[in-house]
Amino acid sequence: MDIRVQEAAFDLGTEANGFVARQSRMGAVVTFTGIVRDLDDTKLRAMQIEHYPGMTQKALEKIAQEARDRWNLGDVLIIHRYGKLTPDEVIMMVATAARHRADAFQAAEFLMDFLKSRAPFWKKEVTEAGADWVAARDADEDALTRW
Amino acid sequence: MMDVLYFAWVRERIGVPKERIETAPATVMDLVNTLRAREDRYEAAFSDLSALRVAVDQELSDFDASLTGAREVAFFPPMTGG
Repeated sequence: MDIRVQEAAFDLGTEANGFVARQSRMGAVVTFTGIVRDLDDTKLRAMQIEHYPGMTQKALEKIAQEARDRWNLGDVLIIHRYGKLTPDEVIMMVATAARHRADAFQAAEFLMDFLKSRAPFWKKEVTEAGADWVAARDADEDALTRW
Repeated sequence: MMDVLYFAWVRERIGVPKERIETAPATVMDLVNTLRAREDRYEAAFSDLSALRVAVDQELSDFDASLTGAREVAFFPPMTGG
């Protein structure tokens, strides 16, 4: 498992290629990328991401380990940024490798569902009108029940 | 003695990211009640517990949890990762 919590930007292509290169006998790699999205009604200036330094790494490791216990995976990569990000910047990525694609797809979805509401990150949107914390959506919590 | 940490709007409402408390509350709820009794800013932060989550020693927990031996308690809104 390769789990990184960092402020710095990362290169998606380099990370994805590196992850693929580190696998052996894996027929499938799935990657997901989260990007800062501009708002519909007002201009987003920045997204401020706060986290709980002592807990974040452990929480992500626990989620990744749970995925490895449930599916037949080669490896898992999670990179999640914090700090000040601007629209169109990459926030985070996950990658899963498996011998067959179903395991890789399902594990990636599982990781994202749990990352959304069980990893200690909080997002604040800064617009011209001010700054507001992003509220968790009930749908994100509900998504956990399917696993 | 334990450290109490606050994140996101809980931190903003209370005004500090972290503080040390010298008392020994038995449960998370006891700690919440102790804090609420202090000042309005705590009352404001803890007025709706359904809007809060808690971690004890960096593991997600709940308000009924025992604090025996706990060194760090954190309060924060529901997480918004990903």
